[in-house]
Amino acid sequence: MSAGTTDVDLDWRGVGDDSEEVTRAAGLRLARSARRLVADLLRPRRPAVALALLILVVENAVMLTGPLLVALAVDTGVPAALDGRPAPLAWSVAGYAACGLASSGLRAAFLLLSGRIGQDVLLELRRRVFRQAQRLALEWHESYTSGRLISRLTSDLESIDDLLQQGLDGLLGALLSLAGITVLLLLIDPVLAGVVLAGFAPLALLTRWFQRRSRASYRLTRTWVARVIVQFVESMNGMRAVQAYRREARNESIMEQLNHRYRDANADALLTLSWFVACVRAVGNLTLALVLLLGALRVTSGALELGALTAFLLYLRRFYDPLDQLAQFMNAYQSAAAALEKLASVLETPIGVPEPAHPRALPVPVRGALAFDRVTFAYPRAPERVVLPEFSLTVPAGQTVALVGETGAGKTTLAKLAARFHDPVSGAVLLDGVDLRDLADADLRRALVMVTQEPFLFSGSLADNVAMGRPGASRAEIAAAVEAVGAGFAHDLPEGLDTDVRKRGGRLSAGQRQLVSLARVVLADPAVVLLDEATSSLDIPSERAVQAALETVLADRTALIIAHRLSTVAIADRVLVMGGGRIVQDGTPGELLASGGDFADLHAAWQDSLR
Amino acid sequence: MPADPDTAQAQDPPTTEPSGAVIRPAATLAALRRLAPYVRPHRRALLGSGAAALAATLAALVIPLVTRRIVDGPIARGDLSPLPWLVGGVLALGLAEAVLLLVRRRIVARPTTRIEADMRADLYSHLQRLPIAFHDGWPSGQLLSRAVQDLSTIRRFLAFAGVFLVVNTITALVGIAILGALSWLLGVAVLVVAVPLVALTLRLVRRYAVVARLAQDQDGDLATVVEESALGVRVLRALGRGRQITERFVAGARGLRRTELRKVRLQAALWCVLVLLPEAAIAIILAISAWGVATGALTVGTLVAAVTIMTYLYWPIASLGWLLTEAGNAAAATRRYWEVRDVAPAIVDPPDPVDLGPVRGRVEFRAVRFRHEGAEADVLRGVDLVVEPGETMALVGATGAGKTVLTSLVGRLADVTGGAVLLDGVDVRRLRLADLRTAVATAFEDPVLISASVRENVALGLPDASDADVWEALRVAGAAGFVEALPWGLATRIGEQGLSLSGGQRQRLALARAVLGRPPVLVLDDPLSALDVHTEAEVEAALRSVLGGVTALVVAHRPSTVQLADRVALLEDGRVTAVGTHRELLARNATYRDLLSSPDAERVGAA
Repeated sequence: MSAGTTDVDLDWRGVGDDSEEVTRAAGLRLARSARRLVADLLRPRRPAVALALLILVVENAVMLTGPLLVALAVDTGVPAALDGRPAPLAWSVAGYAACGLASSGLRAAFLLLSGRIGQDVLLELRRRVFRQAQRLALEWHESYTSGRLISRLTSDLESIDDLLQQGLDGLLGALLSLAGITVLLLLIDPVLAGVVLAGFAPLALLTRWFQRRSRASYRLTRTWVARVIVQFVESMNGMRAVQAYRREARNESIMEQLNHRYRDANADALLTLSWFVACVRAVGNLTLALVLLLGALRVTSGALELGALTAFLLYLRRFYDPLDQLAQFMNAYQSAAAALEKLASVLETPIGVPEPAHPRALPVPVRGALAFDRVTFAYPRAPERVVLPEFSLTVPAGQTVALVGETGAGKTTLAKLAARFHDPVSGAVLLDGVDLRDLADADLRRALVMVTQEPFLFSGSLADNVAMGRPGASRAEIAAAVEAVGAGFAHDLPEGLDTDVRKRGGRLSAGQRQLVSLARVVLADPAVVLLDEATSSLDIPSERAVQAALETVLADRTALIIAHRLSTVAIADRVLVMGGGRIVQDGTPGELLASGGDFADLHAAWQDSLR
Repeated sequence: MPADPDTAQAQDPPTTEPSGAVIRPAATLAALRRLAPYVRPHRRALLGSGAAALAATLAALVIPLVTRRIVDGPIARGDLSPLPWLVGGVLALGLAEAVLLLVRRRIVARPTTRIEADMRADLYSHLQRLPIAFHDGWPSGQLLSRAVQDLSTIRRFLAFAGVFLVVNTITALVGIAILGALSWLLGVAVLVVAVPLVALTLRLVRRYAVVARLAQDQDGDLATVVEESALGVRVLRALGRGRQITERFVAGARGLRRTELRKVRLQAALWCVLVLLPEAAIAIILAISAWGVATGALTVGTLVAAVTIMTYLYWPIASLGWLLTEAGNAAAATRRYWEVRDVAPAIVDPPDPVDLGPVRGRVEFRAVRFRHEGAEADVLRGVDLVVEPGETMALVGATGAGKTVLTSLVGRLADVTGGAVLLDGVDVRRLRLADLRTAVATAFEDPVLISASVRENVALGLPDASDADVWEALRVAGAAGFVEALPWGLATRIGEQGLSLSGGQRQRLALARAVLGRPPVLVLDDPLSALDVHTEAEVEAALRSVLGGVTALVVAHRPSTVQLADRVALLEDGRVTAVGTHRELLARNATYRDLLSSPDAERVGAA
């Protein structure tokens, strides 16, 4: 089944890469990895699972004993009591009461245990998926997108939670009583039991049909709920534009499309379930009628005792009761399985920029010499478009380099390679002579920090956000970092550093958010600093303050600065003009200005813009 | 009358601290009653489903009676002639039960999923009407968890637990009544056992409701961490803070696990009580009726019947605990849902709107004051400024001077807290929002893209704009060149789920958005900050032609942007302290000089 990407009414999404379709072979592989994941999660909890099963066995035994005690009370207890011997009756009633108490206690014990197992599994799964997402390469994030990741970590995990909360009990309990009762039926009358067992054939077929149909529906629900979430999250995050451009109505019609598809996929799954449940019940009742007919004939022909038939019929009823539970479980399972498949595939994605098995250490203290040794790079999404062809560059420790050039010249790519957001296709990026691929991530990040184009703020106070630069920094250190970048606005906020910046830093202006990003770097105190358009939204006085601050901050550090505004060049020791993934000009600002060429032109244009 | 800006401000987002207040069962019912507007249109389906469930239960109950007739009749007497009829009866009842089960599930499948979808659509459109102040204050995960998790909780309750809560309660009450009819003594005995256990059940359910609410709030907080970790992944990666955020997430997940385990304990206690109830009843019935039989007060038949009835009641009663917890979950979800729905939009159409004729485009700020919600001081302290029709006014001020706030007041993305903003002499609060926002286009500092085609991103609120219009807007914004180079042109999906664009490209698209449809008033918040020098010159030239005919308010940090303007206003300490041309202000205003002159230029030259 297609996820519906070819629909005409979805053309607002535009043309892009949608690789969510599931082929049959891929579906089987997905199901296999989902099962492996479950087994892997349950393995360390084997003793607890075994204990839960044992409790369940005892509980079932106790529950099957109850009716026997009632029979004992009626058949033996009452006549004895009539004879003036109340003891057997008293014992069987007391026995029944004990059974009741025991089964109530056992039920609670089972729920506590299975609830704990379920919650432990869920916590472990949450932790694994989240950690994996934090490790996966940025490339992966860019193609997977935040909306889908959010839906994996929220709605998909939720449906697994549902399975664990209601399903496990149903499955184990149903399987146990099925097994127990099958044995009892066989003991009572093998011929009639044969009829019952023959009913298994259509049940197996039904189950197969249900599995296939509902798996397809539930996969669709996962896909569509993810799209609903993407639409929701993007609308909420872009609410300013939505309202300013009156997109509300358009958004509503888009949400309606997505919402309706999610609804239909859900309804489809429920309708499939309704057929399954009804058919299972029909097979059960058909078997009952057959057993009655055959049983009556066998009793009249003397092949079977009347009492045995009665017992058989009673147990038969109980036999089909858990099948409903089983159907309920199957349903929760199908839904969770579709979610598990998605999670398993995230967990199985190879980490694009893996940590080395045997990391090498950086010299202490880190000097900060950066080198690109014949680096070739193309983004995996467009491998034929080479962004950097055989690029070599050496930046000595402590040098401040300004990267200049037009959009698409490869400046940001260079910075991303230095920050190991990506690994080169060939060649190597070296920090103090050590290949970045041989460095432990923690060591690399301690030595080198990049400030990206968009200053992202997390919910919390201003101080919390600056402290991202170095968790555990003291209050004084945070204040000093804020002072260092000239973020004087912090004093004007109602609660100073403790002011809640509100969602995504909505309380602050874009320029203020950039100052927060810079304060993070100052606090982080790395040997190498990479700034990618980190000051674009600052006004001139702030930029002047930042330049002055950077001059001191960067004095003994290596720095790579990308900026459209050439004011940055003022603090640079060296300017690199890039074009088409190559270095076009390289020299001190003064040299380049004097020699004429691209940089001199750029500089003249910039000077113009300042008048 | 302008709308009162102080009414109906955004409600505070919930905290995850347990309220301590005990939620009464009556409150659960009251919460669920708020589902009524959505449930009412489908009440027939839901009632039908309940009826089918009851009928199915009855059909299943009748089967043993027919079976008994078979055993007592044909088999006992050896006369097989009525056997086909009786077996046929069992078969018919059995099939009827199956069909009723099918009907029960089929008729609720679409209505319940529809209720969920409708509630989600209404929440979404309500959220779109709430002011930016609301959105800045509410953690996004809390909204998301309401829109997805809470609504599916409600759907599942309506489709299953809700129906059976009613059906099982009726079954249990009817069963006990029959028991009472059989022998009043047995009825009384069951009631005596039931009263304390039911009281205990209600206590547990009440406590469960509090914990269920806590769990849902924690789930929302977790969703917030998830969202931030996904959206802020670049910063996390650049700073190497993946481990810290993972720890934060795991701490939240552990908190949720603790709450879920509290739920499990309460559920276990509930099952414990509700399994005990029928079991104790059976034991007592057994004791009393056996004693009754021994003393001759009751017959064996009554004993068997009473025990059988209680056995049938076992599941309906035992399942009540679980069904009640589901009701508690649904009630908490409903309450969370309405918490957001009950926030009245603070920025709405006035009751008696003034028609906005042909717009001349005179924008006036009259003694405008603005204070952030909860802040102690005004950001804007009496701004007076007039932008004449066709004039381009640059707005200059230090970082944090309130420029961005000022720009959001024109299109009513926020409302003034004092004074007024007037368009062509009319207070903007007296205009229809749609009219106002058609006349005023606002471009923001952060160009937000959606995961959709370029066309959709530019047209945003004008899905009917022609391709020619879109191209024209792209040309003006200097974006036509790179859009032509995209693999599918206008149809190329961009934004997060598509091709990624550079900051400068995004900013140009945001500009194209603003100029599409040629609005008479343009408000541009630092529209050129991310552009490189060449592109900036190009876009400036194009902008100059656009700004010729419209009124524009342009926030500027750079001399080059200021050059676009006819006049410049200097915003200082929440007031406009100077208005004039760039040259005038440079000549006579020291603050302005400090803000807009860049001595660095000379330094580079000197280096």
